[in-house]
Amino acid sequence: MSEKDLQKTQNTAVTEKIRNVKTFVPRVDIYETREAIFLIADMPGVDEKTVDVELEKNILTISGHVENGKVKDYNLVFSEYEVGDYEREFTLSDEIDRDKIKAMVRQGVLRLELPKAEKVKPKKIEINAV
Amino acid sequence: MFNSNIWRMKRYADNVMGMLDLQREINRLFSNTGQNTTSDYPAINIWEKDDSIVVTTELPGMDAEQINVSVTGAMLTIAGTSKADPMKEGETYLRQEREIGSFQRNFQLPFQVDSKAVEARYEKGVLHITLPRIKEDLPKKIKINL
Repeated sequence: MSEKDLQKTQNTAVTEKIRNVKTFVPRVDIYETREAIFLIADMPGVDEKTVDVELEKNILTISGHVENGKVKDYNLVFSEYEVGDYEREFTLSDEIDRDKIKAMVRQGVLRLELPKAEKVKPKKIEINAV
Repeated sequence: MFNSNIWRMKRYADNVMGMLDLQREINRLFSNTGQNTTSDYPAINIWEKDDSIVVTTELPGMDAEQINVSVTGAMLTIAGTSKADPMKEGETYLRQEREIGSFQRNFQLPFQVDSKAVEARYEKGVLHITLPRIKEDLPKKIKINL
């Protein structure tokens, strides 16, 4: 475990919601392979029905709605974390093949596969011996 | 932070040790304010009812088998390891913000737990542990005779 701030960061840039809930910035890992860029976002409390991925022009928005984290019949006596929605935006470059973006959610983690367009994939050029 | 003035201490000679201890405790408390160390991962919320408490914690993206929850007497331990995606050669992280690695956290609960009746549920990346109080430990209602 690294020594970074363990609290969720509130997303203050986001448009205010009508419901009085906080919006947090999901933590993401992004890595690149030859074929695609993978984006993995921690959004505990969301499932496939409550998460949204939108692409408008070149802005990719991921958002998630979390039901209030209350436990029925119990009273909160000690609290270290807050429960709220998630939202974060990323700017995509043109090298992504927009039609082939894949998304899946498992145990509160959103996983996006952003495949690179054919034309920008690195090509290996065969060298023939003469 | 707050240094003890040895001369002023003399007036309260009987209790100097106690005061120094208190001072050390206060300094320790305030020097760490606002900082969360890795020993505070994962963050928890505790919910209470008459006969049980519920501990909830956010552990996104784990497998249920990777999380170890154990209870001994009044001590609850949550431990586990989260793994990153396996990387091939030539692949690089452009951003790495998520928590990866092993963690362990112990909590002292306010009562003895009926360890056989503890239930843990893991869904949507949130761990939910219900810890019932042992029967002998439950508060007894005392009838008031007129």
